[in-house]
Amino acid sequence: MAKLILNRLSKTFDTGGRAAVNDVSLTVREGGFLALLGPSGCGKTTVLRMIAGFEQPSDGSILLGERVLADAGEMVAPEHRNMAMVFQSYALWPHMSVAENVGYPLKVRGISGEKRGRKVRQALAAVHLETYADRRPADLSGGQRQRVALARCLVTEPDVVLLDEPLANLDRHLRQEMEETFREFHARSGATMIYVTHDQSEAMALATDVAVMSEGRLLQVATPEEVYARPEGRLVGGLVGQGAILSLPSPFGDRRLFDWPAMQEILAGPAQEPRADILVRPQDVEIAAEGQVATVLSVLFEGERYALRLALPDGQALRAFSRQPVKAGDRLSIVIRAAWRL
Amino acid sequence: MTRPQKQGNSQPRWLFPFVVTVIFCLSVLPLGRLAATGIMSAVRGGASELLSDPGLWRSVYDTLSTSFFGMIAAVVLGGGFALLLTLFDIRGKAFLGFLFMLPTMIPPQVTALAWIGMTGPSSALLKALGLAPPLGSPQPLYSIGGIALLYGVQNAALVYLSLRAGLLALPRDAVEAARLSGASSFQVLKDVILPLSLPGLAAGAAIAFVSCVGNFGIPAILGIPAGIYTLPTLIYSKFAAFGPRTFADISVLSGLIAILSVIGLMVEARVLRGRDYRVIGLSGQVAVFRLGAWRWLAELLLWLTIFLILAMPLIALVASSLAPAYGVPLSPATVTIKAYEEILLRQAATRIAFTNSLSLSLATAFGLLVVTVLTGYFLVRSKSRFVGVISALAEIPYALPGIVLAVAFILLFAAPIPVIGISIYGTIWIILIAYFSSFFAVSLKPVVSAFRQLDPSLEEAARLSGAGFARRLVDILVPLVAPAAGASVILVFLIACNELTVSALLWSAGTQTLGVLIYNLDDSGSFNIAAALSVLVVIMVIAMMVVLELMAKRLPKGVVPWRS
Repeated sequence: MAKLILNRLSKTFDTGGRAAVNDVSLTVREGGFLALLGPSGCGKTTVLRMIAGFEQPSDGSILLGERVLADAGEMVAPEHRNMAMVFQSYALWPHMSVAENVGYPLKVRGISGEKRGRKVRQALAAVHLETYADRRPADLSGGQRQRVALARCLVTEPDVVLLDEPLANLDRHLRQEMEETFREFHARSGATMIYVTHDQSEAMALATDVAVMSEGRLLQVATPEEVYARPEGRLVGGLVGQGAILSLPSPFGDRRLFDWPAMQEILAGPAQEPRADILVRPQDVEIAAEGQVATVLSVLFEGERYALRLALPDGQALRAFSRQPVKAGDRLSIVIRAAWRL
Repeated sequence: MTRPQKQGNSQPRWLFPFVVTVIFCLSVLPLGRLAATGIMSAVRGGASELLSDPGLWRSVYDTLSTSFFGMIAAVVLGGGFALLLTLFDIRGKAFLGFLFMLPTMIPPQVTALAWIGMTGPSSALLKALGLAPPLGSPQPLYSIGGIALLYGVQNAALVYLSLRAGLLALPRDAVEAARLSGASSFQVLKDVILPLSLPGLAAGAAIAFVSCVGNFGIPAILGIPAGIYTLPTLIYSKFAAFGPRTFADISVLSGLIAILSVIGLMVEARVLRGRDYRVIGLSGQVAVFRLGAWRWLAELLLWLTIFLILAMPLIALVASSLAPAYGVPLSPATVTIKAYEEILLRQAATRIAFTNSLSLSLATAFGLLVVTVLTGYFLVRSKSRFVGVISALAEIPYALPGIVLAVAFILLFAAPIPVIGISIYGTIWIILIAYFSSFFAVSLKPVVSAFRQLDPSLEEAARLSGAGFARRLVDILVPLVAPAAGASVILVFLIACNELTVSALLWSAGTQTLGVLIYNLDDSGSFNIAAALSVLVVIMVIAMMVVLELMAKRLPKGVVPWRS
């Protein structure tokens, strides 16, 4: 195993138009779990398919350690990459039993008899499907099919495991269960995993690294904590986590993280150009005396708290949480404990 | 282990040259040879005389009208059967489907003979029942309507198979989702099932139309006595009256048919364009609607149809074969099996014809399957811009009447093959090559639609499992398209076995096929012997279908088309 390197990767389809993937450079460390996060159509699936070898890059290259997997001129066929993938549609072969599906990569590698049987049983045990070995995929539920697909990845100890929105077709309860299975799988196999999703909470919960993409470009790669706390640019700030982006007069200097005194200064200052985008997370907005005045626009009860939408005097919206019930139209005093300049 | 390859797609390097070579040999070469002859005759001015002949345009009109109405009849019959048998809770589905397949598998000339035996003043059956019209009254089937009706009966199963394949691939949840949206059964049928199965229906209608245009047996037997010439029979009659301008004339005529066919194919392509109803992952089983109080009516309708299009003509055929001579009333006193003794015991020609037809059809069906699985895979998966051209070229030999193709192969092989210096003209090999060319599209179509409906991720998963092309083909692709491949083999075998048009021009002593023998017997006035041979052919067809039926449990699901 080795690290996976995407070097200035680009892809333009023959059908014309803009590049589906544009100049993406990225290194996934060995054993890392990278989530490719972005809205649909951002090029994340194309990146995944290039890593798998189903699409050839128009420019740039893909390396696994020292070995060049693909560039614009040549590429290694998917069958020689020692990768595995969980497809959104699961891609189980309907004419084979569960055990045959899982054992197929071994069969292709010429492993037969008791050795294959043992490995298949181990893989099925890892996803808690030992008793389903002789069933057909058609007789399984969505979550079970997903786990069979995962077992098929597990069975050959691949260098890289690719997951293409694997939870998109599952219900919320199964998602949590499968997230747990994926984490377990990652810990157990130590494989490098790349996970495509448009769901930021999935990305946050699973990955060791998050790469945020939009319109074919890579916006930021960092740990989930880093991406959450220190997002780069308006797009990432809007995509990751909840929060409101305020347009405020640009403060002087390189400072990016502001506490309440600094924010107070900015909010109270003259409305001058240039302006900066400042991200305020709802948990950093505190309802406290002697703060900024804001009007409640709407209230949503979430069980453990109330989620508020507030309006500042200049009309800009802000989000906050409250332990006490409030009504739309109430005027509150708020203190912004932390804010981040995008 | 590292083996770089140039393309990002899944095809091995040899596939494109292979497909191009196949298409070149089976389509471009014979048709090019024909076109060259046609263009030469046009340049020399001979064509204007032919094209100003009103008889030619009359024949174009008759071809189009019989084929159009034949297609409508096939769509009504085949579409109705496919919908009723696939979607509703009809009893005895398997048996009805089995019976409905029969008329297609019976050769057209046999169908025509059977229907003639059922109607008209000389019908042995009607005479035996005392229902025959007076002598001298016209045979009602010797007409445009009669030809179209028999076209419909003959080709209904093509529409049935195509629509049924589409319906069986429908995901059940699509139907259930519509149901839950509050749609009634009728609305589900109208808004979900019919739109989703439209590609299957349109493809079936196109196959049926193309097959009607190319039909020779029915208009030869029904049209020629009434002076109705469709383009294939016009070409045949020009060939029979062989003259110095024959090759030139029929090459121009076939150019005309090629244009008609290409227009038809373009219409079909336009209907299907942009409708990629690929079933994702696993397709569920088909939803079955309850007919309730209407069920007995639907069943009555189905059985009545079977009786009219199958049982009656076959009874008439048997009656004709047992009559001592054409027009003699059949009664216990006149029943004779002389005709059967004649063909079974006295004529070696029958045995030769059976052997020839069976071996030619088997070789064609299985030989073509190997070629069409590879070609179909290429056509669906390739991003090459030649795909459109290649699939059009693959369609054309079948779209053309077999007689045109026969002429093309005569022109091509009249002289010994260059370089190796062997002449296959007059041998069985020229018929085999012509069959390969002619039935390529028949074999290809089910395979291509199966590949179209295959979720590409099923193959991609196999690639990531490490399976190379040959391995994927054997383990994943062939099992998944097996139902379509089975349908393809059966269709090709039965069409080839029943075929008359190609071999009518290509046969010579010792290489006659069943179709040729039956036509020659009828043409020479031995109606009862022709009927007896036809009965044997029908028995052979039914026997083979029963064998398939018995094998069906061991075959992959869907291989036998009338079983689900």
